[in-house]
Amino acid sequence: MASEYNEFIEKDGKMVAKPQTKAIWKTFWILLIITVLEFVVAFSLPHHYHILKVAIFVGMTLIKAAYIMGDFMHLSQETKGLFWTILVPIVFIAWLVLALLLEGGFISTY
Amino acid sequence: MATHAAAEPKQLWLGGAEPMKASYGKLMMWIFLVSDAFTFSGLLIAYGLVRYSHPAFEGEPKDFVFSTEYWPVPEKVFEAVPFFHGYQLPLVFVGIMTFILIFSSVTMVLAVEAGHRKDKADVEKWMLWTILGGITFLGSQAWEWGHFITGTDKPTIVTDIINGVQVTKEVFGANLHVNQYGPQPFADFFFFITGFHGTHVTSGVILNIIIFFNVCMGLYERRGHYEMVEKVGLYWHFVDLVWVFVFTFFYLV
Repeated sequence: MASEYNEFIEKDGKMVAKPQTKAIWKTFWILLIITVLEFVVAFSLPHHYHILKVAIFVGMTLIKAAYIMGDFMHLSQETKGLFWTILVPIVFIAWLVLALLLEGGFISTY
Repeated sequence: MATHAAAEPKQLWLGGAEPMKASYGKLMMWIFLVSDAFTFSGLLIAYGLVRYSHPAFEGEPKDFVFSTEYWPVPEKVFEAVPFFHGYQLPLVFVGIMTFILIFSSVTMVLAVEAGHRKDKADVEKWMLWTILGGITFLGSQAWEWGHFITGTDKPTIVTDIINGVQVTKEVFGANLHVNQYGPQPFADFFFFITGFHGTHVTSGVILNIIIFFNVCMGLYERRGHYEMVEKVGLYWHFVDLVWVFVFTFFYLV
């Protein structure tokens, strides 16, 4: 771990490595801009484009989720085994979404 | 073995191996978060099922009025902001709450980064900002709940059947029995989903305070690594992640 740092600063009489926070702030700005874009889409697209709106929201949410899990939770830096152990079970959620939303649509038509 | 342990502060598990190059605590936190993701998915997907089993509001948003006949348009329900009574500011307050939670997630990851550098003062500073963000979010949610329960200035006329007799009454706000905004399940899901998330934020704040206290006491400095900060950080980011989904599927769609 220590080899990652080559710049040090003095703090309270001790030497500590210089913060490397550029990537963190970049992710923050990406998340913020996507959230602002969601607001823009919510109030600029006309009402009858509802399906397009939902598709855009779902896409943007998944991008945000990828940034939070990949960068903030460092999942992209974990081993391949851990990465897939966490992500593969999500397939079951995707299936449940499909099954129950279709089912809900059927309930409303009868 | 002993010299190896001294060079690398992360310890091997009791079997002498370290599966997936993650410590026991970190791996278990990930597994717990997957199970918790299923719980939240269950709630949100149930919301989707019930929403699609009710008729949607057909027509222009400006003509929307509250009725138990169709599912409400969320931006018409959540349009109040503290100190701006009477103004229609759709989704502004929930946008502020989203910003607060994303920002507290950033300060958390900055605390984790400071922990990697064993910079105690920086960990303390960023943990404190994270705790503050969490408490601010909880306060905002308390206001949001208060407004949702109290209701708007004008009541909604709700027709209900009580003991086989049709009764018409004026309803302000919502709880688990009546709902001015739309069908009853809308209020039920609001309380369950945001409440379950708020419970997670509360426990996250408590965990953060405990870890902050330990950092201040120098426990992790003595231990040689700040992995505890990383583990509560995972939990805190997960809470933020869930909010991203709640925000989209409850408030935006």
